[in-house]
Amino acid sequence: MGKERRRSPLGRALGLGSAKDGVEQWWVERVTAVALVPLTVWFAASNVVHMSSDYATAITWLQTPLAATLIVLLLTALFGHMALGLQVVIEDYVHSGLKLPLLIAMRFCCFVLAVAGILAVLRICFRG
Amino acid sequence: MASSTSKRLRPLSPNVQIYRPQLTSVLSIANRISGVVLSIYAVALVIWLIAAASGPKTYSTAHVFMRTWIGQLLLFGCTFSFFLHLCGGIRHLAWDAGYGFELRTIYASGWTVLAMSAALTLLTWAVSIGLAG
Repeated sequence: MGKERRRSPLGRALGLGSAKDGVEQWWVERVTAVALVPLTVWFAASNVVHMSSDYATAITWLQTPLAATLIVLLLTALFGHMALGLQVVIEDYVHSGLKLPLLIAMRFCCFVLAVAGILAVLRICFRG
Repeated sequence: MASSTSKRLRPLSPNVQIYRPQLTSVLSIANRISGVVLSIYAVALVIWLIAAASGPKTYSTAHVFMRTWIGQLLLFGCTFSFFLHLCGGIRHLAWDAGYGFELRTIYASGWTVLAMSAALTLLTWAVSIGLAG
């Protein structure tokens, strides 16, 4: 009570209102989108070239430092962007008690997929 | 007192189903649907990477599946969803930056998104088939 009284009007105003990090999700979704434009176009173009290739050619391509680096970056941006997008979809259409468990499960799935994908790339890279 | 106010029926906006579909609304929901569809393909991407990491036998299983007609159809769907979400996403980024809000521009960019998505999908497959054959 005494603490509230000692605070300046500006201090009180800054402490009120929303959590003030609401814009963060919106911003990260845009930043990952910008990152995904070159990354996905590169990946799609590379796949057009390598799609018909056999195992050895595909592995040789995946083992190049450029491809490995860009795929790890792609997976990071992709699953970050995907989690934010699916979060909005769930929040818009699921209004039952299932909403929170679904949101958590979706987050976990995105995280697991990102880790599994990155580990797969690293395994290919460092097999030697 | 508080419960009686919260239980009172609030006015609702009309359901979206009564509106005639327009390019703007169709592309809006198409961007969302293609995003969800691409999420499923993202799972396939990770499976493909794990298959490649597991060795030649697992990789060839994934490779053979992609060569079947259903695999090719799924890949075609993936290509179109990707380009639709990519072009639609770039349109959204332009809006976020504050450009293209005039009605004429919105329709022009909308038709451009559709045309580019179709053209890029066909181009990708033409090049892919050309390189393979």
